[in-house]
Amino acid sequence: MKEFFEMRGYGGFVWSAYAIAIGSLLLNVWLARRQLRSARNDARRRIAMLENP
Amino acid sequence: MNWVWFHRFGSPPYFYRFAGRWAPWFLGIASVLAAIGLYGGLVVAPTDYYQSDVFRIMYVHVPSAYLMMMTYCWMAGAAAVGLIWRIKVAHAVAAACAPAGVVFAGCALLTGMIWGQPTWGTYWAWDPRLVSSLFMLFFFLGYIALRGAIEDRDRADRSSAVLAIVGVVNVPIVHYSVVWWNSLHQGPTLMRSDGPAMPMSMAWPLLVMLAAYTFYFLAIMLLRARAEVLRRERGGAWLREELVRLELRS
Repeated sequence: MKEFFEMRGYGGFVWSAYAIAIGSLLLNVWLARRQLRSARNDARRRIAMLENP
Repeated sequence: MNWVWFHRFGSPPYFYRFAGRWAPWFLGIASVLAAIGLYGGLVVAPTDYYQSDVFRIMYVHVPSAYLMMMTYCWMAGAAAVGLIWRIKVAHAVAAACAPAGVVFAGCALLTGMIWGQPTWGTYWAWDPRLVSSLFMLFFFLGYIALRGAIEDRDRADRSSAVLAIVGVVNVPIVHYSVVWWNSLHQGPTLMRSDGPAMPMSMAWPLLVMLAAYTFYFLAIMLLRARAEVLRRERGGAWLREELVRLELRS
């Protein structure tokens, strides 16, 4: 197990690259979902404004 | 040939519902493929004779770089369709690509730099492949900045579409930079006419990761395109219906 994490001395390079890649992909999903939620809330507000001016 | 099915994607309600139905599936498929690909790349693939274990960065670096180019092509293609046929959904799709493009380009550059230090002895070199990739990141960022700077949505759509189309020039430069110039970056090893220049035990996790990244891109593009479509709608009947249905479900 220790050997796996050490990556023959390149552990720091390998794991930091994977952390950046996977972390940014997950962050992007979260941001996209948040954007969709806020767009829905805006649409709701817009429709409410149209119905009760 | 019957290609009427394609026109349906130009309709905001059809596209919105289609994207809502498929985005979770694509994200699920991407997660499963990524789990398989990561296991293959980090555990199963044998250590490289020349690069030792640092070569394993390839399994996130190559898909990021490949998707950076694919995302750019997709964005420019959608922008061109929007510009020529004045289809709003196409502009929404183009706008939805740019953030994913920034992530892919940023990841490709950063993971490449981390690989470069132990392998080339430097994080950065003014090399054709590296510089043209950096330019592509700037094109994505410039596209987002231009959209943000123009208040009127239709004008923002058209201006940013022109920028996206101009930037297509950079795609073949990135792709062929390692062939055209004497580059520090290694040449193509996977997509070669004579087959991959690596053993299958190393190549299959890379192919699985490429598929995972492709499904991830489709999912994230559809998610963001839904938000873009919503922002372009004034308050049509279908939109009310969708929002009511959403409230009923939650």
